[in-house]
Amino acid sequence: MKIIEAIDVNAYYGDNHALTNINIEIKENTVTALIGPSGCGKSTFLRMLNRMNDYIEGFRNEGTLLIEGKDIYKKKVKLEDLRQHVGMVFQKPNPFPKSIYENVAYGLRIRGVKNEKEVEERVEKSLKKAVLWGEVKDSLDKSAYSLSGGQQQRLCIARTLAVKPSIILMDEPASALDPLSTAKIEELIAELREQYTIVIVTHNMHQASRVSDRTAFFYLGNLIEYGKTSDIFTNPKIKQTENYISGRFG
Amino acid sequence: MNSLTLNRVIDTAFKYVGFLCTLSALGILAIFIINIASEGLSRIDWQFITSLPSRKAEKAGILTAWTGTAWILGLTATISIPLGISAGIYLEEYGKKNRLASIIGVNIANLAGVPSIIYGLLGLEIFGRLFNLGGSLLAGSFTLALLILPIIIVATREALKAVPKTLREASFGLGATKWQTTWHQVLPAGAGGILTGIILALSRVVGETAPLIVIGALAYVPFVPSSPMDEFTVMPMQIFNWISRPQHEFLVNGAAAIIILLLITFIMNGIAIYLRNKWQKKINW
Repeated sequence: MKIIEAIDVNAYYGDNHALTNINIEIKENTVTALIGPSGCGKSTFLRMLNRMNDYIEGFRNEGTLLIEGKDIYKKKVKLEDLRQHVGMVFQKPNPFPKSIYENVAYGLRIRGVKNEKEVEERVEKSLKKAVLWGEVKDSLDKSAYSLSGGQQQRLCIARTLAVKPSIILMDEPASALDPLSTAKIEELIAELREQYTIVIVTHNMHQASRVSDRTAFFYLGNLIEYGKTSDIFTNPKIKQTENYISGRFG
Repeated sequence: MNSLTLNRVIDTAFKYVGFLCTLSALGILAIFIINIASEGLSRIDWQFITSLPSRKAEKAGILTAWTGTAWILGLTATISIPLGISAGIYLEEYGKKNRLASIIGVNIANLAGVPSIIYGLLGLEIFGRLFNLGGSLLAGSFTLALLILPIIIVATREALKAVPKTLREASFGLGATKWQTTWHQVLPAGAGGILTGIILALSRVVGETAPLIVIGALAYVPFVPSSPMDEFTVMPMQIFNWISRPQHEFLVNGAAAIIILLLITFIMNGIAIYLRNKWQKKINW
């Protein structure tokens, strides 16, 4: 079943036409990788899915972007509900300057969950899902900044899981991490795909081929090719895709 | 002489010139403080702090002056802090960043540099005459609140600007509203800078005299103010009053009061530095 659908989506930063007529359908419980060189629009598209671009001066968009059949750019859409539904993990780990526990609890507290026992359970469950519980269960009161970069990123994933999203957007989540931490994040993505729909932007071609079911190649604001990851990487239909994947430009 | 040696000579020369400049600045300050201390230090005792002003220098004290300063400080803080922080938050977090906003921003920064006596004239006209507050504590506090409002607004904006965008994104990304993000994340992260700005602004209030003279604060007040509508005097005005008298005993009183005023501002600046360092340690990005 399709959970995300873009119909003729265009995006602009001032006069800069960042995305041109994007049409794409993303199925439930799949991992979709968005690849392409810098400035190709892949991050712009990702950040449109939870309307994170709203804060950028001069950003505007056209076309229809449906999530579970609902147009998320309609006026009456509540951003708070959209973002609870469509969580996001950022490029650089960005934990709050609070304790590990409060980082995960924050999403619950702002939604008015008062029952501390419920908060505790959800925090533990989320940390377990993000495969971080074993490492932090004795130091929940410590500052999130005492964790390593890779642990911080998994904490950010746990924080996102705690508000029970159905879609998780990841904007180059491992680009600031060492290879071991990257491997852990990739394992985690593989586990999370059972319950969540994941859209991940990555610069790393190997990562895209390792973690994703489907891959979309963006170039100069256009969606050049979209299909099964295995097809895109072994048998691309379009010359530009082949050139990019084989490393002839990038 | 080749250019390498020349550069070295310039380098060494500047080192000594710079050292001399620093030394002379500190030297003048030291002479001032030593002079004041030798005059006034022996005059400071419990009686001096707890006595009303008097025509006899040895009986006179600064009770009305420091209680007036305390009232002014409290009232001005109550008026200006909520206004200043709110305005700063609005301009930085909520307001659109367009031409109008940048004009407003530049003007607020300029207001911080307007001579304080101008604020006194404004305060006299608006608070003293129009609102009929006369020369009361309230009129003085409103006037000084206007004076430090731009400083607090600018400090708040700068502090919030220094909070990384990624922190806001993280909060928004979890479904927080703008207010929740500001209240739970941005404000605590910027609190150190905001507090520092507030305390520096308030230590300016402690030393400010000109606007209070204009609105009609009295140099001689024989009672301790007990309500915001009372007339008042403040430390700098008491000092000015004493120093302008011919008798040497009053000069000594003035020196003693200056020491106490300096002490108050040093303590406030010290608190500002302490808070800034503490917050910097707590939050490391």
